[in-house]
Amino acid sequence: MLVSFYLNDVKVTYEVKPGEYLANTLRSHGVKSVRIGCNESTCGSCTLLVEGKPVMSCSILTASIEGKHITTVEGIQEEAAKISRHFSNEGADQCGFCNVGLALVIYALKKEYKNPTDEEIKNYIVGNLCRCSGLQSQVNAIKAYLKEE
Amino acid sequence: MIVDKKKMRVVNNKTPSVDGKGLMQGRSFYTDDLAEQNSLVIKILRSPHAFARIKNIDVSEAQKINGVALVLTYKDVPHVSFSRAGQGYPEPSPHDKFILDEYVRYVGDEVAMVAANDEDTAIEALKAIKVDYEVLDPVLNFEEAFENKSVIHPEDGINEMFPIGFDPKKNVAASYEMQVGDVEKELKKSDVVVDETFYTQAQAHAMLETHSSNARLDEHNRLVIYSSTQTPFHMRRILATTLGMPVSQIRVIKPRVGGGFGGKQAFHGEFFCALTTLRTGRPSRLVYTREEVFGSSYTRHPMRIEMKIGAMKDGRINAIDCRALSDTGAYGEHSLTVFMIVGSKVLPLYNKVDAVRFGGRVVYTNHVPAGAYRGYGAIQGNYALEATIDMLAEKLGMDPKKVREINSMKEKETSPIFEIMGEGTKGTAMIMESCKLPYCIKRGAELIDWEHNFPSKKVSDTKVRGYGMAIAMQGSGIPFMDMGSATIKLNDGGSYMVTVGATDIGQGSDTIISQIVAEELGTTVDKIIIYSSDTDLTPFDCGAYASSTTYISGNAAWNAAQKMRKRLIKEAATFLEEKEDNIEFDGTTFTSGDKSITLNEMSIKMLYNKNLQQVAVTESYYGHVSPPPFMAAYAEVEVDLETGEYDVLNYVTVTDCGTTINPMLARGQVEGGIVQGLGMACFEAVKYDKKGNLLSNNFLNYHIPTNKEIHKLTTEFADSYEPTGPFGAKSVGEIGIDTPPAVICNAIYNATGVRIHSLPITPEKILMGLKELKK
Repeated sequence: MLVSFYLNDVKVTYEVKPGEYLANTLRSHGVKSVRIGCNESTCGSCTLLVEGKPVMSCSILTASIEGKHITTVEGIQEEAAKISRHFSNEGADQCGFCNVGLALVIYALKKEYKNPTDEEIKNYIVGNLCRCSGLQSQVNAIKAYLKEE
Repeated sequence: MIVDKKKMRVVNNKTPSVDGKGLMQGRSFYTDDLAEQNSLVIKILRSPHAFARIKNIDVSEAQKINGVALVLTYKDVPHVSFSRAGQGYPEPSPHDKFILDEYVRYVGDEVAMVAANDEDTAIEALKAIKVDYEVLDPVLNFEEAFENKSVIHPEDGINEMFPIGFDPKKNVAASYEMQVGDVEKELKKSDVVVDETFYTQAQAHAMLETHSSNARLDEHNRLVIYSSTQTPFHMRRILATTLGMPVSQIRVIKPRVGGGFGGKQAFHGEFFCALTTLRTGRPSRLVYTREEVFGSSYTRHPMRIEMKIGAMKDGRINAIDCRALSDTGAYGEHSLTVFMIVGSKVLPLYNKVDAVRFGGRVVYTNHVPAGAYRGYGAIQGNYALEATIDMLAEKLGMDPKKVREINSMKEKETSPIFEIMGEGTKGTAMIMESCKLPYCIKRGAELIDWEHNFPSKKVSDTKVRGYGMAIAMQGSGIPFMDMGSATIKLNDGGSYMVTVGATDIGQGSDTIISQIVAEELGTTVDKIIIYSSDTDLTPFDCGAYASSTTYISGNAAWNAAQKMRKRLIKEAATFLEEKEDNIEFDGTTFTSGDKSITLNEMSIKMLYNKNLQQVAVTESYYGHVSPPPFMAAYAEVEVDLETGEYDVLNYVTVTDCGTTINPMLARGQVEGGIVQGLGMACFEAVKYDKKGNLLSNNFLNYHIPTNKEIHKLTTEFADSYEPTGPFGAKSVGEIGIDTPPAVICNAIYNATGVRIHSLPITPEKILMGLKELKK
């Protein structure tokens, strides 16, 4: 079946199987920034934004996003670079596999909350697993990023 | 060479990691991002039984399915035993694995392989394979494995590379014994003896990128493997020997790796990609599912450790006796070496003893194999030793901090264990040229306010805060065995291309090495182009394991940079027509009196105009010692006496890792290690049902720490300089994980009076202990 949607504001139309998930569709069309860590919506690595809201793309059917706006990290390159700088400053960056999903979640957090508390930040990113960092450093990096503007 | 820290401009300074921005921006460079577009998809048929022999296997229906390119069973692959462990040569792990075998030894073991045009077809083909199993009695309790009537490795053709105590007929993968002095006599002499037994569980690595590999043939028909590996050079060697191919016909490339922690030291699919591509001529790819990572890669070795410590009334420890039993699961990967680390990187902490003994065996069971995992035996040993030290202190009526201060390792001291115990072989004697452990203990105590808080304080009628501590050590590579090398090439414009075998798996070695080279050459990190871990293009490195990269590969890079500096001065002397001794080089300009030439100008001239040549140097390094990093750790833990639940409110560590080449990355290593260690201490556990089926096979039933459980980490480093390390550095990759089990165990005891002898330390165990105390 053919499914059309807006990938970072550019309309795309892909031939997909009925049971195909968005993460696989995007990766098979060269959007390799979508990282698949578990393929069962438990790790958050494949997170992207559907209409601005974080969604785990390994568990959303491509057929269900007809006409919707999808944002991958390619759509927020400047913000991702800023977030990266804060991760580096706090010693929060390591293998990077969870980073893309986190960057998108952090970007969504910034849009949704004016001045989030530590607890609100933690609740927002808790679904994005990271096995490398001390985790506290991520929260510190996010706070520094949110303060930037 | 000792370098004044105050003069360092790049090293020991905040430097953003060289790959951080690209990673956050989503560049494609993990292994599966780089698979060829039309690769065959490989899927593995896995055993539903914990132990069975394949009586008959029929793949004819699978082969008939349209789109299936290749089906392999044990009948179709070379019958050459090897070890998946991914170690140096000769391996200290038994060669007890075949690519595919007629025996399957755990639920999830490989039965057959399918390569097809797409994933759906491959899965359909797996279902079409008919297997007739003779189900055998599994061994699922490691305390019953030794001399069990079920022999897990009855087959011929398996062997040890050198004596490691391998005795498969008794289910023994390896065994080891050592003794210094007369332990029995010293224990008898002791005023106080504590004798305790502890159990540690299997832990899953749970790196976010699952095991991944792919293969293709290059234009010369050579096999090119991309692998998410910690050991590309070992992989090339082991692929070549097992497949009967020349090393020259294989290239292994390690792209970015999404976390390893020891789990990617081993092989996990590369043989299947290699065989598929060699036999079909087509590119192939294999990506483990999350379930396969949990169920078919490997775990930490579960252990039983008996720790007996004897001390005199004044607190001086005179003997330690440690016996351990380790469960290596179905295959003996890292069996001996992890086992030896339980002793060799734990017991020297208390180096003033008159006698010390360590020994025991590593047994096979029908569990998921155990292998390398950050800490590598030290976390298990540390739990047993450091919990027992607290129990000893209580018996002596002393502050456990005091017992540690009296007995622990100090600078310029040694332990006879270093010479006796290596990794699978004899060790190397060494003096502690850098050991700020006394400072770490003192500073950590200040940060947690030990004086006022130990042992506990009441918060309310139902809540108590307990304070616990432990000390730890690790190593920095394996002396006379681990080797790293670096090549530096001068580019026109004055930048440098650095190629290293060192394997960045997310720990940041590309950044660390860039900093070391930039510091020595008086330049900045942006002038360094680093490329690592490609067996065709980079010089050799043993790989990322044994806390070796900063120390071993870092020293190699430093040696190469020093050589490059000398070489540049020599070339500048030619240009300036001066003696080398008269030339100063500040990183950008060579000066001699009033004559000067810039590096930029000289580098361009040497390629196009004068003194034409490519300036390049290569250097290697191997350790003559393995200087241990040291750590003191403290925790404040709040326990709910009604439910047994607890929160780790603050985890304080002070680490001596020599110079921190990159202070933020060092902090990331320590804190990341602590969080993984807290996972093991508090709740992570690999669990099976009675038939050996893995129950903890996804992130819902195998919980890893999230920022909801981590409240506060207080991380400091001691001012320390290791004279044999690059710019004074030692390792820092593993030490962070070692302390949490003991620290939490001690803190819980201090809060509640309940001593937990098995990991993880769950609320249930605490509550049961509290009920027991009330009786």
